[in-house]
Amino acid sequence: MSTDIDRQWTSRLRRSVVAKLPPDKLLPDTQPAYVASWIYVFGVTTMAALGVVIATGCILALDGPQWWHSSSLGHFVNSLHLWSVEIFFFAMVIHLWGKFAMAAWRGGRSLTWVTGAITFMVSILTAFTGYVSQTNFDSQWIATQAKDGINSTGGGAFFNVLNLGQMLMWHIVLLPIGAVLLTVLHVVMVRVKGVVPPIVETVELSA
Amino acid sequence: MAQGWGLGALINLNHYGHYLQWHVFSISVANLLVIIVMIATFVAALVAPFPGRRNRKGPQ
Repeated sequence: MSTDIDRQWTSRLRRSVVAKLPPDKLLPDTQPAYVASWIYVFGVTTMAALGVVIATGCILALDGPQWWHSSSLGHFVNSLHLWSVEIFFFAMVIHLWGKFAMAAWRGGRSLTWVTGAITFMVSILTAFTGYVSQTNFDSQWIATQAKDGINSTGGGAFFNVLNLGQMLMWHIVLLPIGAVLLTVLHVVMVRVKGVVPPIVETVELSA
Repeated sequence: MAQGWGLGALINLNHYGHYLQWHVFSISVANLLVIIVMIATFVAALVAPFPGRRNRKGPQ
């Protein structure tokens, strides 16, 4: 017989979350033997790079949108920000190739695949707004080239790449929040469904 | 100029990029090199032995 406390939304939500993702699944001590391959390290490499991107971005935000042009420390942090982004995309694309090759959407993992794909697209948009927020000739060139493409879609009415303030806000607030939330959701989906087994392993198990 | 120390001493990056052109396709040498390194890394990740794999006892 359920009590009033059992029926309240906090109790029901807690029971549902714990049933779907118990603590030993959320933070497992071991992984299946097939995970012992270099192809499985690129997801966590991407997240480590994302951590450096966010940390260096927070440092860059401390003193406004132009200080890294005139300060050697700012130039150094700006370079760390750029190169961590390079590693981020380098690792994420190899992660994508690996997961595509092993058809990682198998076994009810379609949402894991979809969240990863959307995270990839949001990351590209985040990088793009970063390029047009550099406050140099490079960013002016990219913005003036991109405006024609975006205006041809009608999107320029809402997303004006020549508006530095708008691009910077998208780059440091909206898109990073989206990218991080999607990454968290992606990792939670991996925890819920488990790491996808190799195709050979699945065939052997089902035979 | 940062040129003269660090990587700048090994590779002179202070010039316009080199581009390869084939019909309508155009790519900078730098981007092509990154793509080649990515493909090489992907292949290496598939074939390189993972340390401790033989001794690993995880759930199957």
